[in-house]
Amino acid sequence: MNLLALQRSMREYLIRGADEIRAQIHGDPSPRLAVYHHAYRAQLLDCLRDTFERVWAWLGDAGFEAAARRHIESHPPHSWTLNDYGDEFDRTLSELYPDDREVAELAWLDWSLRRAFDGHDATPVTADALSGIDWDHAILCIVPTLRMRLISTNCAAIWTALSKKNAPPAAARLHAPTALRVWRKDFSPHFRAVDSIEQQALSMACDGASFAAICSVIAARMESSRAPEVAGALLAGWLQDGLIIAVENR
Amino acid sequence: MPATSVASFAGFGLGLRPPHYRDFLRGDVPVDFVEVISENFMVKGGRPLNILAAIRDRYPIVMHGVSMSIGSADGIKLDYLLRLKGLVDRVQPLWVSDHLCWTGIEGFNSHDLLPLPYTEDAMRVVCANILLAQDVLERPLLLENPSTYMSFADDEMSEWAFLSEMCHRTGCYLLLDVNNIYVSASNHAFDPLAYLAGVPAERVRQIHLAGHSDNGRGLLIDTHDHPVSDPVWLLYRAACARFSRVATMIERDDDIPPLSDLLTELDLARALTAAWQRAA
Repeated sequence: MNLLALQRSMREYLIRGADEIRAQIHGDPSPRLAVYHHAYRAQLLDCLRDTFERVWAWLGDAGFEAAARRHIESHPPHSWTLNDYGDEFDRTLSELYPDDREVAELAWLDWSLRRAFDGHDATPVTADALSGIDWDHAILCIVPTLRMRLISTNCAAIWTALSKKNAPPAAARLHAPTALRVWRKDFSPHFRAVDSIEQQALSMACDGASFAAICSVIAARMESSRAPEVAGALLAGWLQDGLIIAVENR
Repeated sequence: MPATSVASFAGFGLGLRPPHYRDFLRGDVPVDFVEVISENFMVKGGRPLNILAAIRDRYPIVMHGVSMSIGSADGIKLDYLLRLKGLVDRVQPLWVSDHLCWTGIEGFNSHDLLPLPYTEDAMRVVCANILLAQDVLERPLLLENPSTYMSFADDEMSEWAFLSEMCHRTGCYLLLDVNNIYVSASNHAFDPLAYLAGVPAERVRQIHLAGHSDNGRGLLIDTHDHPVSDPVWLLYRAACARFSRVATMIERDDDIPPLSDLLTELDLARALTAAWQRAA
């Protein structure tokens, strides 16, 4: 068997337990192959535990391990880095816990915070950078680590309690449309729950919309006299959180 | 003009692990160099690269990788090499090492150091991959002998013969893991001293020392979760007699103790080396 065929047969053994490789092993293959079978799965399990620490705490050891093992069996790793393993774990959890949406939402939050941790560097602007801006043509450039998604549960409160080793609240549905935004400021990942107006405005900013266009959308969603105040508050919040890395005039 | 040789560096070092970041950032840890896992710092930004820059200001660095997959029959991945080259340019390490193994093929990555058959077919693959990596990185590589738990019916040569020929064909160097030699010798019933005698001494630039475990099924496992064992220290003593001016370090990846424990182990490596030099 040439090297390519041997490596394919070993891959099939690791993923599916295929037997073809056994004939290539010197001596009794069972205890020797078992070392690699175990190491492959143990490393991926450790990786998921490390990345999805709050999901692990929420589900407990047995629940998390069952979910992780199901994910490992159906998701062989493809990236050169273990850091990428787990990017679809929230989908596996959605399938396993269709009636407990907080589980997949916790997974998204764990994953996004981890990605923000070593995401691209960028220096936020200070308030001084906003003086003299032509706001009719201004475009806000948003920090590259920002991720956002709509949530339907109190996953943020659960995550916070678990991170502080406090007793978490019971899972509950949110009554108002809410999103989570995750980003990194300096070296620390952060998250914040935002309402649907901020979610829409920030999504527009990420897509390159002008601040004027963002203000128009805000105005369309409320009594127009309140729009400047709301837009100003959003801008101040984004500035304070280090979300804006440049303001361009186009 | 890319460097075609790796200078000797006869120091004693430790692997950089997160529980010890603060110790190393103080800059007063008594080591001659620090080894970093390349992939831990092949990231886009954030704290890891900031820490690495600070460590780099305080200690010479060697870069040790686990994902090059130098033995993949479908070739080495250029995007990986280019990312690694970016880090090499940033860090300017004393040298860059990885393992004689394969980790994946055709888009699958096991993230484990899988054994190669020691055949001429594998030799051609490994050497072609090493030559490409050395071209991209613009420097010779160090390749580490793996711990293995199985060998292949088609093997045509010993591991040490494979390493020797690999060095001869590519100009690469060796990172000799003495614990891995001990573990593989036990698992495959060969003489570890014959291994030491069989590798080209002039190509060895670094030695790893680490702990292992017995899996209770007749195999030793390279777990890096224990202190270096007495038989491995004895083998290291024999290595001191065989190899001169090599860098030595302790690897610990699990159940990581306080830094002082690892420094005590490193002092033993210093003492064994000094004793041999006095006797020689």
